[in-house]
Amino acid sequence: MLGQFDALTIIGQASFTGLFPRGISQYAIGGVLIGLGVSIIYLGTAITPGASTFFESTLSYVSEIPRFNRAKYLATRDWRLVFTLSMVAGAAVYALLLGQGGWTTDVRPWRLLGGGVLVGIGTRIGKGCTSGHGIHGLASLSRTSFANVATFMAVAIGTALSMQALGVTP
Amino acid sequence: MSASDARNPLFVPLIAVGGSLFGFGLAYSGMARPEVVLDFLQLQDLGLLFVMGGAAAVTGTVITLATRHLDHAPLTGDRYGKRERSFDRSVLLGGAVFGVGWGISGLCPGSAYASLGIGNYPILLGIAGMFLGAYAQGYWRAYRQETDRTATPSD
Repeated sequence: MLGQFDALTIIGQASFTGLFPRGISQYAIGGVLIGLGVSIIYLGTAITPGASTFFESTLSYVSEIPRFNRAKYLATRDWRLVFTLSMVAGAAVYALLLGQGGWTTDVRPWRLLGGGVLVGIGTRIGKGCTSGHGIHGLASLSRTSFANVATFMAVAIGTALSMQALGVTP
Repeated sequence: MSASDARNPLFVPLIAVGGSLFGFGLAYSGMARPEVVLDFLQLQDLGLLFVMGGAAAVTGTVITLATRHLDHAPLTGDRYGKRERSFDRSVLLGGAVFGVGWGISGLCPGSAYASLGIGNYPILLGIAGMFLGAYAQGYWRAYRQETDRTATPSD
């Protein structure tokens, strides 16, 4: 592992460890596994499964609002439920096998709830989330998705840095 | 998404396998921990670039090969295609609103499901928030017909 860094200058090395204090292998391997997961579904079904349409399709079970009961949601709500529950299960397998069991966040409740509401609104207005646009859209070289991802990345970084500057931790 | 009535018996099992791998990968990458995502957004650990880049590279290779060399998906009979959404202002507006939410919480939908899987029960607040937001957006849209056409769903 060290060998590949030999060519880098000391400055380069310092900035590398500075930019990736946890290393890169867990990120790259995790990303490849995510890609394999969605690719398996795509190869079998031609579906590019995003994570956020689950909200509307699941709301169709309990809401009479026609928007949530359109044919595309009714036709997919069952497998979307399976998809989401299996994501929970896959992560649980990780936690039990490799992740030292359970883990909980220290991020404050108002941030989780308030941020969640905006995520729910924003992904629905913007036609997708980090998996729909950030994985499938980028993988499809969709200009719409590049625009969406560039926007949410820039705004999220600005927001997070602002929160940090205001001293909100965690 | 055709053939929803007479679905191949392997359809749901395949969704479950793919979803499990997706969730496992999210947990493995650390993205199930909002703290790790916030470290990225505060420019303290740029590892998330490798997660999204790795996932998009693998998926992009598969999509490219499938659309060029394969015909129909075996379990649905549907043609392989790319994920394309029409571009309009709502793509940028939605991205910006999502970005504020992501920057506040460190949560996106997929990572939140995975976070629940690693035992992070406080994340239920975030997931509840996402449903509230999606419901509010749908309710609002439902009664504003003139802008109705801009609300194309994602996958």
